[in-house]
Amino acid sequence: MRTRRWLPYALLIPGILWLAIFFIAPMFNLGATSLYDPNGSLDTGYRMTFHVANYGDALSQYYPQFLRSFSYAGIATISALIIAYPLAYAIAFKSGRWKNFLLVLVIAPFFTSFLVRTLAWTAILGDNSTFVHFLHTIHLLGPQGRILATPVAVITGLTYNFLPFMTLPLYASLEKIDPRLIEASSDLYASAFTGFRKVTVPLSLPGVVAGTLLTFIPASGDYINATLLGQGARTSMIGNVIDSAFLVRLAYPLAAALSFMLMAAIVGIVIFYIRRAGTEELV
Amino acid sequence: MPTATSTRSPSQPVLKTPSQIHRARVWFRSHLILLVGIVVLGYMFLPVFVVVALSFNEPKSRLTYTFDKFTFNNWLHPCQVGDMCTAVGTSLKIGILATIGATLIGTLMAFAIVRHRFRGRAVTNLLVFLPMASPEVVMGSSLLTLFVAAKFPLGFWTILIAHIMFCISFVVVTVKARLAGLDPRLEQAAMDLYADEWQTFRRITLPLVMPGIVSAALLAFSLSFDDFIVTNFNSGSTVTFPMFVWGAAQRGIPPQVNVIGTAMFLFALTLVLISQLLGARRRRRLG
Repeated sequence: MRTRRWLPYALLIPGILWLAIFFIAPMFNLGATSLYDPNGSLDTGYRMTFHVANYGDALSQYYPQFLRSFSYAGIATISALIIAYPLAYAIAFKSGRWKNFLLVLVIAPFFTSFLVRTLAWTAILGDNSTFVHFLHTIHLLGPQGRILATPVAVITGLTYNFLPFMTLPLYASLEKIDPRLIEASSDLYASAFTGFRKVTVPLSLPGVVAGTLLTFIPASGDYINATLLGQGARTSMIGNVIDSAFLVRLAYPLAAALSFMLMAAIVGIVIFYIRRAGTEELV
Repeated sequence: MPTATSTRSPSQPVLKTPSQIHRARVWFRSHLILLVGIVVLGYMFLPVFVVVALSFNEPKSRLTYTFDKFTFNNWLHPCQVGDMCTAVGTSLKIGILATIGATLIGTLMAFAIVRHRFRGRAVTNLLVFLPMASPEVVMGSSLLTLFVAAKFPLGFWTILIAHIMFCISFVVVTVKARLAGLDPRLEQAAMDLYADEWQTFRRITLPLVMPGIVSAALLAFSLSFDDFIVTNFNSGSTVTFPMFVWGAAQRGIPPQVNVIGTAMFLFALTLVLISQLLGARRRRRLG
């Protein structure tokens, strides 16, 4: 291409402006809101008093929800990895000419609306469902025991709803592996398991990192599953708190502090994780 | 090249002749993983079956969400429940506009990032990556504080603005992948044959990138149509389909919700299968 140095900037301007105004600027505004005087209100307006104590208040009141969010999201991410890896592996190496069709099947269930399929889980895990009756019959669950409205239900929903975000990156990195490398390991007398452990897994690591992040991040901020499947304060996550603080109680400074902390925590976790996994080229 | 080996097909095992037992184990193992994969797919489809079944359900009362009696009624009269179809219409409108906006903006960005070396490329990449790495609550709530501070009335337009914002990154990533995989020699060949830059772009580059742009647009539409959390913060009194379902979940869910869920599933599935078939046919034609 000839040198027209203004061209890339012309192509970028709409996108950069949109993201700067509607993504970056709101983040700064959120940070500012989190430092407002909490005694103001939406009607009378808030005064900027650099009230850092908002953060302390938010954390001391809502640290259980923070911990719950990250532990639910963590368990859901690990479960999703365990479920998605064999599927991605099967599609990448064993599906032959059905590969594209199977990939369509992987995303197809997620074309039904997020909320509608989460509601379907309330039917599957409900107190009168076949599944719960079965658990009663095999005594895995006590006679009064239930699944719906427990942490198990919330984690089940989180695991399920973000599965494509785990499966597709895993598939993408598994698919890139040269099968001759795995053959070479068996030629060098590695057992199938050793070959898998020493060749396939390390080479699929970028997919594992991308998949776990793409699952963990939305799962930790989600509150649809906690509301519909958890149905109560005992399973409420940080998203529930932020939602009701902004939209019901209209306590903007506190809510903004919570939201900002969630963002900071996630950025921290992502940076730490990417450093540890040594896949910085991902970003 | 020695003639003795050249007659052997490359897929035949050359060095090893596995024993019967070994072969059985290999067969079992390779099919075991396939079997596990099929079980996982079954699990992924479980809620879809429930949604389809419930779309034919006549529930005993509004508050029960279990299968009671079979009926076609929900499919015949999907708009019986108050505002659901209005909400679906709003979602469609926002979805289409957001798809057009985000696909245009995102495709331009992808071209700039893949095809040009410029200062600030790393920062641009980071700017594109960040929205995908942010939880929706944070994006939704921060945008709300901006709109409130600017005294911008919440409603249709604020939802649209928000949807374009979070769709752009996904469009960029999708189109970028397609562009990066293009063979630059195809464009060089066109130029060698005296096509000018614009002709090359229109006749060679754009058709080759089109599948990427189409899948980016499909992705943007489904992200927009399905979004609840960001919308919930910025909707004011406008009700999209996910917002309607959320409200209904508190009051009792009409079975017609599952009709929409099933219809969306079938529509998207058909669309994707058609594009797959067209793609396969094109590949065959090109050899």
